[in-house]
Amino acid sequence: MKLLTHNMLTSHVKGVTKGYPLLIKATEVKVNEVEFNPKFVCRMIPKLEWSALVQAADQLGHRDDLPRELVPDFEKNEDFLKKVHRVLLEVEVIEGCLKCPESGREFPISRGIPNMLLNEDEA
Amino acid sequence: MASSCRRPEHTAPPDVFYNEAEAKKYSQNSRMIEIQTQMSERAVELLNLPEDQACFLLDVGCGSGLSGDYLTEEGHHWVGVDISTAMLDVALDREVEGDLLLGDMGQGMPFRPGTFDGCISISALQWLCNADKRSHSPPKRLYTFFSTLYSSLARGSRAVFQLYPENSEQLELITSQAMKAGFTGGMVVDYPNSSKAKKFFLCLFAGGTATLPKGLGSETSDRTVMNQVQYSGQRCRFNNMKGKSAKKGRDWIMEKKERRRRQGKEVRPDTKYTGRQRRPHF
Repeated sequence: MKLLTHNMLTSHVKGVTKGYPLLIKATEVKVNEVEFNPKFVCRMIPKLEWSALVQAADQLGHRDDLPRELVPDFEKNEDFLKKVHRVLLEVEVIEGCLKCPESGREFPISRGIPNMLLNEDEA
Repeated sequence: MASSCRRPEHTAPPDVFYNEAEAKKYSQNSRMIEIQTQMSERAVELLNLPEDQACFLLDVGCGSGLSGDYLTEEGHHWVGVDISTAMLDVALDREVEGDLLLGDMGQGMPFRPGTFDGCISISALQWLCNADKRSHSPPKRLYTFFSTLYSSLARGSRAVFQLYPENSEQLELITSQAMKAGFTGGMVVDYPNSSKAKKFFLCLFAGGTATLPKGLGSETSDRTVMNQVQYSGQRCRFNNMKGKSAKKGRDWIMEKKERRRRQGKEVRPDTKYTGRQRRPHF
């Protein structure tokens, strides 16, 4: 699971109102090389919850020197875009689990695929 | 119920039906791969994405990622959701570019509002119309799916579902639940005159104004006015043909070509040589 997907994922357990951001407990993390597309990264940055991304990168130990606050004119700052690209698309959680901050429900991740299936009483 | 055996939804729930054996077909059967790719191509065309822009898309019922491969080819990033672990394993083995999630569409899409620039789904929606457990209620599950999908799409974006509807009631159920969730749009039918090439696409708009695209191969059916006799000289046509065969004439050939064109088949263009006698040979 890429951190871009994690940034968009929420918990959908019945009764949970916010369920965001999901906490990551990773046991295996991989870095996969992905082609750098500055336009795509630029387009995605306004959609991101920046604090959640920084927190997730911190939890995985891949934050490096990602600033806590979003840089104001990031479109021209290629160095910054490359850093964001790396965290968003290259760092992948292979094994571990996601924890809903509200209900404490855990969604296991195996082979890079989070299991978001709910039990009958949670749907 | 002879026909019901041919619909996979009637045999088992999707997580059971798409087992290793079934999943294997999707990575080896070239005919299946070709059809899936063709349908994804058409679905992306209907999405009407801005040109030369990498988009973030959702693929519901991504399975082994055949539709996703096409999205990657087009330069988009995608997230795939599927309920079958066997199919997702095949996707992992094929090393697809998109991110995969194991999830049930009937339980809703677990994404933040406004995440995706579009959503495609190939042959998955009809599975939602079946109640596989006692707690399942198809209208409710459809509504949960559509309402959560609506919120996770960006305003003005589209969702295109290719589906095999069983009957008109099922189509009505699906569209009515989609409209209830706030979508506008409707069905686009490609090649409505052919029983084999006919394909149903549910084309939904999340906000914004747009007109429904036209189905392929339906130009001729639009021209005719319903409840009106289209051509009443049918019988007279044979009166002046004394002794000649009704077939093999230029008119007959042109008509046959037109008919096959409507069915979406490959037909050679009409030229001055069409239906012309060949020169005599010894």
